[in-house]
Formats: sequence, C-alpha cells, structure tokens
Amino acid sequence: MATVSLKKLTKRYGNIEIVHGIDLDIADREFIALVGPSGCGKSTTLRMIAGLEEISAGSIEIGGRVVNDLPPRSRNISMVFQSYALYPHMTVRENLGFSLKIAGAAKEEMDRRVAEASAILGLDTLLERRPSQLSGGQRQRVAMGRAIVRDPDVFLFDEPLSNLDAKLRTQMRTEIKKLHAKVQSTVIYVTHDQVEAMTLADRIVIMRDGYIEQVGTPDEVFRRPATRFVAGFIGSPPMNLHEATVDAGQLVFASGARLPLPAQFKANVAAGDKVVFGLRPDDIYPTGHGLSSGDAADVHQIELPITVTEPLGNETLVFVEFNGSDWVSRMLNPRPLRSGERVAMSLDLSQAHLFAADTGKTLRS
Amino acid sequence: MDENSSARLKRRLLRIVYCIGLFLAMLTICLPGLWIVLSSLRPTVEIMAKPPIWIPQDISFDAYVAMFSGIGKGGIPVIEYFRNSLIISVTSTVIAVAIGMAGGYAFARYRFRGKSGVFLGLMLTRTVPGIALSLPLFFLYVRLGIIDTHFGLILAYVALNVPFTIWLIDGFFRQVPKDLAEAAQIDGCTRWQAFWQVEFPLAGPGIASAAIFAFLTCWNEFALASQLTRSVSAKTLPVGLLDYTAEFTIDWRGMCALAVVMIIPALTLTFIVQKHLVGGLTSGAVKG
Repeated sequence: MATVSLKKLTKRYGNIEIVHGIDLDIADREFIALVGPSGCGKSTTLRMIAGLEEISAGSIEIGGRVVNDLPPRSRNISMVFQSYALYPHMTVRENLGFSLKIAGAAKEEMDRRVAEASAILGLDTLLERRPSQLSGGQRQRVAMGRAIVRDPDVFLFDEPLSNLDAKLRTQMRTEIKKLHAKVQSTVIYVTHDQVEAMTLADRIVIMRDGYIEQVGTPDEVFRRPATRFVAGFIGSPPMNLHEATVDAGQLVFASGARLPLPAQFKANVAAGDKVVFGLRPDDIYPTGHGLSSGDAADVHQIELPITVTEPLGNETLVFVEFNGSDWVSRMLNPRPLRSGERVAMSLDLSQAHLFAADTGKTLRS
Repeated sequence: MDENSSARLKRRLLRIVYCIGLFLAMLTICLPGLWIVLSSLRPTVEIMAKPPIWIPQDISFDAYVAMFSGIGKGGIPVIEYFRNSLIISVTSTVIAVAIGMAGGYAFARYRFRGKSGVFLGLMLTRTVPGIALSLPLFFLYVRLGIIDTHFGLILAYVALNVPFTIWLIDGFFRQVPKDLAEAAQIDGCTRWQAFWQVEFPLAGPGIASAAIFAFLTCWNEFALASQLTRSVSAKTLPVGLLDYTAEFTIDWRGMCALAVVMIIPALTLTFIVQKHLVGGLTSGAVKG
C-alpha cells in the first residue's frame, strides 16, 4: 500500500521528448486511470513507473521513497501486460508462484499464496495447465493472479483488456473493480478506452502528446472538461464541438447560424472572441425526449432536419443538421423518426461548454 | 458414376501418386546411405562388379573386425580418430553456441551503432568457402605452431560456425516476446535471471538446433581438417578415411565401414535432440 508521486517526469528518446515533465500525485489505495489516444505517452509513463524505461529527468516516488534508478524488482510493484506475458514453459501454478520462487520463499508459503490468489480469481481447476491451453479470459486472470501473489505496493495495468472481445471485456472490467475492492492497493491503469477509465477509476488522468490535459474524478472530467480535447475525448458518443464567434450576446457559427450565448459564460467572453461551443448529445434532444424534462434552466428551442437515426432500443441517436454539419443528439423513450423529417429540438444551454478557440482551454470560471 | 464417387476416386488416385512421388524422393535421399552400409559388408569383388550386383551375395563383418584389429593387421587407429573428432567437435560446438547465444541475443534485443553492418559482415564470411582459406591458414598455423593440434582445428571450426549460430539463435530470440523478460524482471528477476529463467528455456529449441548443426559441420568437415592435421594425435574421422587409400589401391569396403562408424554417432545425436528441435513452445505466451 503506497502513494505514488511523479515530479516533473520527463522522457526523451534522443532529441525527441515523449513525456514533458508531468506532475501527478496518487493517493494510497487510489485507482488511477491514465487515458489518452495512442502515442500520448501514457504507456511510457507507466513503464517509467515500473522501471522498464529509464527516466530522462524528474523523479518518481513510491511510498515516499525515490525509485528513479532502482530496477523493477526493487520497486515492489506488479504489472499486468497487454499481451499477458505469461511464461509459456510453465504451468499456471508455476506462473503464479514464479515471483515467490525467485524471492526464495518456502514451499508452504508459496503454496498458500498461490492458493489464495487462485481462489480469488477462480483459477483452482486450471493450476496444472499451460498458458497455451487457456482461453483469453483465463490468461487474463492468470496474469492478474501473478500480480496479486506478489502482494505489491502498486498494481500497474497496461491496457489489460484490449485483447479481449467486447463481452469478455465488460466482464473482466467488473472483475478488476471487484479485485480492487478486495485487495485495496494503489492501482495505475493505462487504457485508450475512455469507458474503461470512467467505469473503473477513482480519478482519471487524460494525457495528450506527453502532457496531462486534466486530472479529475470521472464526474469532473465528464461535466467540467478543462479543455476542448478532454471534452471531445470523454463521453460516447462524443460531444458536439463547433467553432463560433461571440457577437452581441449570441454565438455566430461559420454558416451564419446563431445560438444564444449560454448565460454562465456571459461574464467571461467579449464580442469578437473566437470560441468553440460544445454540447453533449444528452443535452440536445427532440423536445420531450430528453434527460432534463423541461425543468432545465436555459433551454433553447429550434427546429432542425434529421439526417440519420441510429436506434439502440432504449434510446435513439438522432443526427440533425445544424450549421452545415451533423450534430448528434440522444433521444430517450424514442418514437420512430424519418430521415429528412424536421423536428423540434431542445438545446439545454445550461449544460453547454465554451472553450477558447486558440488555447482550447475552458472559458468556465 | 455420380459426381461424389468420381471426386472420391480422383482423391484416392492423387494420394497414390503422392505416395509414389514421396517414395521416389526418399529413395534418392536414402539410397547412397544404404549403399554405404551394404558396401561395408560385402567383399571388394562384389562392390566393384560390373554390372552391379544389387542383392548382396556374401555378407560379413570382416571390415569392422579388421578396422579395430590394430596397425599391421589391416586396422587403423579408429579409437584415436574417434576421440579427436569428439574432442574437437564438442569443444568447438560448445564455444560456437556460447558465442552464438551472446551474439544472437545482442542482435535480437539491443540497438547499437553499426548493427546491420556488423550482422552483414558476419554473414558475408559465409560466402567464403573454407577450402579457399586452407592455404593461408596452413601457413599461419605453421608459424604459430598450432598446426596438427586440437586447438588449431577447434579455432578454425569456431570461426566457421559462429556466424551461423549467431544468425540462427538471433532468429529464435526474436520470437521470444520482449514482454516476458520484462514480466520476469517485475517478478523479481535481475536481467541475468530473466534471461536464464525465461528467455533461455524458450529459445532452447533454437539453441539446440544451432548446436546440432554446428556439431555436424565439425564432425563431417574434411577439407580443412585434411590440411591442418597430420598425425594420429590430431586427425579426425573424415581424414582417417584416407588411411584406406594406398598408392595403387583403395579399400572401398574398409572406407565404407569407417563411414558407417562416423555416421552412427551423428545419427544418434540427431535422434536424441530431435524432439527439442520442434518449436512452437512459445505459443500461448502472448495473445494467440
């Protein structure tokens, strides 16, 4: 059980800087997800914490101890790899007990801890098999078991579910959450899947191009994205984002279409400012089919033509044309709609976001 | 005849054609070996007969008895030759495989300046036929005083085999996922332990096949050995075959008998190691 603290952590390959001096404090027993598109430096950051990559500058502390130059084995961490990295020439039992064997643990101790881990993950019947005889989900569990057996200070997960099919992924996600509740240790979890990050993590770190864009709880990053990038990355389907210019209390879009300036931003923008207007699909809906059933403070009504609908059963994603492009909206309690039909849409502007067009930073105060 | 039965008939006919083809191919490969064994058991008259006598009439183990009977009774120092061959082949194989492992691992795992150049250079040495080097080597060895010694031949064979073992073992280490060594390091291994506990066992089949190939190269090598060895204390079995040639005659039967004696250990060794040569151990390590 330990805190992890990154201070001005930097990684360079030759002249190319991959991670640009990031700072991050992770509390004891916290579940942190590092999320971002591929190439954002999240895996490199994790590998630096693991000791598999040398750090170019800055420092890493685990449990208050600086571990910059310590080899992986001295950091008391364990890691679950994307590829599982099970030892193919060993049985499941040997895979689980490998770290204890290397540490020179007594046979009884080894048996006890392997039994504990296999009980937690339901591996009892598989102990004598080799990795090649296991299914993807079982391999994943063995990889997690191998991590548990070490009883580490910090668990590191490197995209552990990306090799599983969609159904199994959802199932393993729940198992990981249960596991964290059971073993109560610090977890750093790297993923490119924002749904995984949202569902699992206590706090989410969104990275982009080697910088941290925002750190916050799933609720914070969803409701109050700090940048345009975060707004577009978190949430599915993604937020509608469109550039506009502020003009006399209105937003003027490129096509000339206008929307009233949301009240919460009035004090923060001036006429002529270039901004990016953002509205989640949940906050734009055919009137009467939304989350906020009419009691929302700042609802703007507008009639728009439908281009495409995607029925999902309990809801329908409706694409409407506004400002010369498609805006996605979420229709609850759906009724059948036709392409080309014009429907009355409600835009809940109290939930809207504005970002500076140049810096991408939120204009919320 | 309906479509199904004609398709079945066609399939059967094709299988028969395959079998005949395979039999012919195997015959071509195996017949010389079989002929050596047969010739070692028949009198010279039968071996030299024209037209050839296909079915042996008169089989005896005389050649083998004579071979071990000692000098003067038609024998040659086969035990000494065998010992020389064994010492030279085993030692040079062990050294070549050790260097091959270190080199192959380095080429597979590390990035360094001039890597592809060095690799290409190593492979280019394979383009030079060993026999072309025999004269320069002979002069060099004479000057150094290592002509007609085990050491001299071991040195030559190591140099001959190292590029090949590096190339082969490099390929096998490349197949072992990097993640495994990293997982082992996180599990508490040093870099060295991770190699021996995880990467070495997984590259085992490759290393075994490199060893077999290196051993067979040394065991069967004739051209260099015939130039660099002279006496009973250093001559290897292939060179020993020449003992059966006299000024005007060649004892074909004795030569074939010695050839059989040479083939047996090589064949046995290959059979023993064969099951380790079968790869596929790494399946299941990572996604698959």
